Order: sequence, then structure tokens, then C-alpha cells
Amino acid sequence: MKVGVVVFPGSNCDHDAAHALELLGHEPLLLWHKETSLQGVERILLPGGFSYGDYLRAGALARFSPIMAEVGRFADRGGPVLGICNGFQILCEAGMLPGVLARNASLRFVCKHVHVRVEAGESLLTRGLRPGTVLRLPIAHADGNYTLDDAGLDALERSGQILFRYCDEEGQLSAGANPNGAMRAIAGVRSERGNVVGLMPHPERACEGLLGATDGRALLESFLS
Amino acid sequence: MKREQPIDSATIARHGLTPEEYSRVEAALGRAPNLLELGIFSVMWSEHCSYKSSRKLLRGLPTSGPRVLVGPGENAGVVEIGDGLAVAFKMESHNHPSYIEPTQGAATGVGGILRDVFTMGARPVASLDLLRFGDPSHPKTPFLVEGVVAGIGGYGNAIGVPTVGGEVAFDHAFDGNCLVNAFTVGVLRKDKIFLGRAAGPGNPVLYVGARTGRDGIHGATMASAEFDETTEEKRPTVQVGDPFTEKLLLEACLELMQSDAIVGIQDMGAAGLTSSSVEMAGRGGAGLRLDLDRVPVREERMTPYEIMLSESQERMLIVAAKGREAEVERIFRKWDLEVALVGEVTSTGKLELFFGGERVGELPIGPLTDGAPLYDRPRHAPSDLAERQRFDPATLPEIPAAEALLALLRRPTIASKEWVYRQYDHEVRLGGVVRPGGDAALVRVEGGKVGLGLSAGCNSRFCELDPREGARHAVAEVCRNLATVGAEPIGLTDCLNFGNPERPEIMWQLEQAVLGLGDACRALEVPIVSGNVSLYNETDGRAILPTPAVAAVGLVSDCATGAHSWFASAGDVVALLGEPWRSPSGPPELGGSERQAMAGPLRGKPPPLDLARERAVQRACVALVRAGLVRSAHDCSEGGLGVALAECCVMGERRIGARVALPVPGRPDLALFSEEPSRIVLSFDPARRGEVARVAADHGAPLLELGEVGGERLEIAGVLAVEISKLDAAWRGGFLDVVARPTAI
Repeated sequence: MKVGVVVFPGSNCDHDAAHALELLGHEPLLLWHKETSLQGVERILLPGGFSYGDYLRAGALARFSPIMAEVGRFADRGGPVLGICNGFQILCEAGMLPGVLARNASLRFVCKHVHVRVEAGESLLTRGLRPGTVLRLPIAHADGNYTLDDAGLDALERSGQILFRYCDEEGQLSAGANPNGAMRAIAGVRSERGNVVGLMPHPERACEGLLGATDGRALLESFLS
Repeated sequence: MKREQPIDSATIARHGLTPEEYSRVEAALGRAPNLLELGIFSVMWSEHCSYKSSRKLLRGLPTSGPRVLVGPGENAGVVEIGDGLAVAFKMESHNHPSYIEPTQGAATGVGGILRDVFTMGARPVASLDLLRFGDPSHPKTPFLVEGVVAGIGGYGNAIGVPTVGGEVAFDHAFDGNCLVNAFTVGVLRKDKIFLGRAAGPGNPVLYVGARTGRDGIHGATMASAEFDETTEEKRPTVQVGDPFTEKLLLEACLELMQSDAIVGIQDMGAAGLTSSSVEMAGRGGAGLRLDLDRVPVREERMTPYEIMLSESQERMLIVAAKGREAEVERIFRKWDLEVALVGEVTSTGKLELFFGGERVGELPIGPLTDGAPLYDRPRHAPSDLAERQRFDPATLPEIPAAEALLALLRRPTIASKEWVYRQYDHEVRLGGVVRPGGDAALVRVEGGKVGLGLSAGCNSRFCELDPREGARHAVAEVCRNLATVGAEPIGLTDCLNFGNPERPEIMWQLEQAVLGLGDACRALEVPIVSGNVSLYNETDGRAILPTPAVAAVGLVSDCATGAHSWFASAGDVVALLGEPWRSPSGPPELGGSERQAMAGPLRGKPPPLDLARERAVQRACVALVRAGLVRSAHDCSEGGLGVALAECCVMGERRIGARVALPVPGRPDLALFSEEPSRIVLSFDPARRGEVARVAADHGAPLLELGEVGGERLEIAGVLAVEISKLDAAWRGGFLDVVARPTAI
């Protein structure tokens, strides 16, 4: 499957995403952010990184890149869009996903492997995964603190838009298992319609045993199925 | 030539030139310089750029080998790794700026070393950092630690180059002068190496990257002077880093390097446009003409002096093939970067500078580069050396061994550095096979099985007591670290951090350390392919501990066969590769150890290093790891065998105990913590016992079975038994003790 990986100035997980897509037998196509054609791709992935340096607010400038109008239209037509880390931040800033990613509660960048619990099965990212399944995935970010007003959070809960929450190895939620202070421990969400998804953890970094984590494969395979 | 008012002696002194050096400037020009020319001479002849005190000594280092493609003198060294690929790497200091402004100082240190590597045509794949701070209890220490780590992380994370390891140590000798040594390695095709050379008269000179501002003017001169009470006023000489622009510059340069439009390329690092243009012309045996009005500036009314001496970051100078300017422009415009045609290569052998239609400077290249002053400075051992080398370990007050072990694990130099590396993205680029926390990192090279082992280190206290022996230890230890992940060393880079070379004792340290590096590199057959010298690391006349830091790059043919540093499986055999103590009955060596530092002043001699034994131990370890015979391998360094065993129990995600028996000579609270070299703690499946013994014997390395993995305690028969939860708490808590303290600027 032809998958577009958007390259913003400052994206730095674009090559990693392309590598993982190839590993899973797909055809990544790097799309420069100034382009306005999606070149017939069937899926779009916004990779991690520091678009525009994230000097203003993570993702706040990238949403204005020329290609984002096309990505919006693609999503409006029901096209599947995945945002990872900075890509998730961009989708939130673009209003394609609810909420916003604020600075980590620790005020520090954090790079480690965390556990997340699948909250909603049968989403674009969790096809074939039962709710309650615990996955181990890498995170690496300074702005992963998912933030939304209470009414918005309640609405997400009701409509099953929360895909993942940070948890411990046993799947229990706790302050110690939440690496960034995210509200209600949210690690990933989907749009109302379900075709736009975003998460802070990096599934593309968890596709090979050699690198110490393989639980990302199931998520990417779901996105690509 | 533009004339100005005559240069007075105060101006000369302010430029860091001695009266004799100024006379040489006049002789080189055949006249008095103007202020711009004086500024250019001053930075090119600064210690930082000219290596005037160290150059003679460095000539004795082994720099060649069958894999070496580019040795010292270029932006980075290049070593072949097979399959048509090579690695470019270097380590560089950013000590002075980091002490003045830790976040930006450290960040721009990372930015500079990254540019040095991608200038060669290599894509940076991993970084390491060797850091030294003052005493953990010094009021400024937490501020410096926080700032330096934030600076390194902020730059490396944003640009997307993983920071995979390094070394952090504390000693009061660094109270007034921290060390920040940044290392980066990149991968390139061996037939696509780019050099910093200006050649071909008529070829255009292009300026690319960020605009030039007034930041960092005379940074190289600052880095070539001691600190005193006016240090705080030097803050404006520190540059501000912009990793976003550097990321664009990196991608644009690598894209341009796909073509053959580039003749030469160089980073504008220390001494900015001056050093890049002069060094490129020097290496290419050419001249350069620069039109300074065309240099993109970000401030109004900048003078030629400011433009030439600015150290604004994220800039490069490119000599392109004539007629290919448009290609260069197209690529840099795509990445929204400045690109300007600022001059051309000439055959005059001179640097000719024009501004506002006037010739504002004209300097011969030769005297600025190869003709820079070269000093054979007087040197002698400190008069109290013999006195300081006398030390009887028995004078240290006796404490229970368990108490000593817990106290050592909590010392910040030994304690877990997780607080540091959690703030570094160490996984981006999908290379991290062995991630931070162990002895060495192992990074997979994209597209195959080959991996790079990486390690940086130096025991500064050993070097203070005996710089030659200390430097030998530094090389041996980083290579031993590589051996624990199965990597064979293929090249080394050094970063020589010392005090004021005008003092004969410091010059002696430098000379001895360079001799020591040479000894060890020859014995272990590993060339030094790049390096950096940082002198004048002194505050108010007190020098740092001499620190000839080294970083080693090793090769692993198949990343999938690796070992971790920690015990993994109950029932595994615990064994020591190497001898537990050099002397089975005599007193242990404790000079320069953490055990000694815990109890009193630095005295004695570092433990002796037998390089033949070292080599045997390393080769045996490489063979064992590569054959998949061992489950873990961990080097004994700070804190000795006692600390190494405890670390093996608590470093992994699953803590696990061990029961061992050791032939401890004399007091266990001393012997367990002596920091003798050439020792690696192994664990392996008992079914592999025979094969392990055979491999060790084949390489002539001693192997001693100590006991087995398992249980909830570390037990050393007849000596100590401590719950692993206690070991873990001490080891994980030690660093947090430092950064949790209130800080003062």
C-alpha cells in the first residue's frame, strides 16, 4: 500500500516511519510539506519530530504548511490519517483531533518505554486488539501532556474516542505510570468519525525485537489493513 | 588597504596576542595590521584554533591504520567499516561557554560537533557526551548539571540525532570550570567524503545557513584564556543555538552532497567565517576573495570586523564548482535557508576582504595556518609529585564493607545516570540496540547487521596522580567498554582538557598524557583519527584535573549477538575475566579511586595497567560476546569489583541478586573497591562453562568463577550480604541527591 509520510521542516522520525512501513511490506512516499498533491496515497502518516523547531507551541506552525489543507480534505473524504508524537500535536493544532498537547508536567523531555492500555478496540489503530490489552511502547517528547476541558473529556469517554491510556505493566492507572501528566492518562485519541488518529508513543520504534520492543507492529498493521 | 588609527599595546593585549606574537604579525604582513587584520590573526593564532602549545606533542600519536581514510586535521576523522561504508567522528570541547551559560554553551557544543561530522558528508547517527562537574555539594553544581543536560537534550532531540551514552563525573577540582565534551559519529559512503578545501581559482564561494549576528565574537579567544572574577561579563561571547535551522542545514547539505557540485565545505565553528575561509584556503593551497557586504546579516551596521569574527551558529562555507551555483541555491532555498555568493577562490595565496567597495583587509594565508606560532613550552613534573604519590591505603578509617558499598553506590559519579539519559532521545533513527545505562552503546548501522559500539571516558583523578598512566587507563577503559558489547575498536578521538599550558606543570601533564594515549593506542592497535585540545581550563589560578578524554568507536559484525551489562537469569554462573587483584596478598591499589575520594584527599598512584593483559582480556570478551556464550559482561571501573557486582544486580529492568566468593586480600572495605583495570564481570549459562573457559584460555585471559546469579541479596561470602532493594535505592538515588538540591547561579 502507498503511504504518504509528510516531511515538515524539523520532522525527524520521517525516515524511521518509512523504515517501519517498508518492514511491514508497504510503500512509503515522503511528501514535502510545501507540496499540494498527495500523489494518490491511500494512508497519510504525520511523523514525529520538532516541526519548525516547536519554538512556538508544538505543531502550531506546521498546521499552516501548504500540504495540511490537502491532508484535511483527504480526511474529510474519510481517508485514514495517523499522527505520531509531533504528528499528533499537529493534528490537534489543526483541529483534526480534539485536545492539545501541553508541556510535560515534569517540564522535562522524557525518553523511555511505557505501558499503555488499549481502551477501544476496533479503531483504525486497534483492529484485532481487545480493550484492556497492555502494550509496551517507546515515548520521547517534551509536550505530551494531553489537555482538554472536562466536558470535552467526558464526551471523548462517552463516544469511545480514547484509544490508549498510560498504565503500569498490569494495566492499572496510576500517577507513577503517567509519564507526562496527561489528563485521564490519555496517550492517544481518534476523531469522532474515527479516520483520524493520534498518539504520543512511537509505534514505528517498536517493530523489531532487536530494538527492544515489538508492540508497535500491531498498531501499524491495523492502520495499514 | 584601509588604514585606521595605529594599534596600541592595550588593543594587542585585549586580542590575546603577546608582544612577540604581534611582531610576527607585522613581519608576516610587512606592515602594521589594521584592526580587522589584527582580529583575524588573534583568532587564528589562539590556542583553540592554532594548537600552538600542543601541536608538537600531538605529532607522536598513532593516527594511521588500514581502515583510516581521513586522519586528524580535517573536520572529523573517517574510518572504513566495510560494504563501501565508513564512519566519520570527532569529539570536541565546549567547556568555557558551558560554564558561563550552561544551556546554550552545551547546546552549541552539540551543534558544532554535528556540523563537523555532516560537513564530511556523513549522516550523524549517534552522540555521546563526557561531562565533568564540581563537587555535588557546591552551590553551582545543580545549576550547571540542569543547564548542560537541558542544552544537550534540547539540541540533540530536536535535530533527531540520538544521544546514546557518555560519562558524568564530579570532583571539586571542576567547581570553577566544568567540562562538556561532545562526540558525534556519522555514517557515509567511503567514496563520498567531503573535505574542507578551497581549490580551483574562479570557483565560487557560497555562504549558507543562518544569518550572521553579533553573537560569539571572539569566542575562540575566550576559550583560550583562564577564568577569573570577570567571567560573568563574558556571557555575550556565548552563542545561541538553533537546532531547527541546523536540522534544515543538515538535510540541505546532505541533499546537495548527492551531486558533485561541491569542491569543499566547512562548518563555521570557532572563529566563524575567519577560520572556515582561512583553513579551507590553507588546505587547498589557494587564496580567497570575500565580499563582506554580501554576507547575510541579521543586525544593522555590522562592521567587517564583526562579520569576520562572529561565531553565530548554523552556518557553512561552500566552495562550489564553477557554474553549479544555481544548484546550490535551489536546494538551500527549498529548505528556506540563506544562501549567498560571497566570493571566489583565487591563486594569490591571500585572504582578500572587500567591504563597501573598499579593500579592507589583505592577509597571507600561510602565516595564519601552518605559519602560526608553535611553542615548545617549558615543562616539568610538579615539585610535590613524589610526595603526593605516597599513599598508604591502611590509613583510611575502616568501615564495614556493606556500608562502604552503599555509600559508593550513592556517590553521584557512580550512581545511575538515568536522570540524565531520560532527557535524551536515544532511540530516534532506530539504531539503539544497546541503549544508555550500560558500559557502551551499540548502534545498528542502517540497512544491515553491522553495529557500532560507542564509549567515552577518562578517569581524571588517575591523570592527576600520573598523567601518562591515567591516559593509558582512559584508552584501555573505553576499549574495554566496547568489548562488553562485542565490539572491536577501530578508531579513537580525543579531547584533551587541561589547565594553563604556560605553567610548566600543566605542560608536563599534557606531554605525559599524550605519551600515555600513544602507548595504549599502539598496544591496542587503535588509531586516533581526530581530536581537540582545550587548554586554560583554570579559574583563579586553579587548574582542573587533567582530563584527556577519549571516545572509541568499535565494530560489531552482527548486532543480534550482544550482551547486556547486567545479570539476567537465576542459576547463571558469575565469573571474572581478568585477575581480581594484581597482588593476591599485598595492599590493594586505591590511588585516585572513589573509595579514596570518599574518605580523604587525592593521593597515591593509579593502579598499574598491563597493556598486554588488557588486550588479552578485551579480545577474550569480544570473542565470548560475539559467540553468544555470555549473557552479561560488565567492566569494573569506578568503585571496583564490589560496585561492579552490585551494578550487575540492579542495572537491569529485573533486579536479581548473586552469591559469590572472592579471595579478598586484606581489608575488604578497601580491596573490594580498588579500581584495578583489565577486569570484566561475566554471567553465563552453566551449560556453557567449558566453552567459556576455552575461549578465555585461547586468548590468554584469566577466568575465575565467583558464584551464581540468584536470590534477593548480593552476598559476598564472609564479607557482606545486602538486600538488592537497598543497593538499588542507593544506586538510583545518588544522582537525584545532586539535582534535587536548591541551586545557585
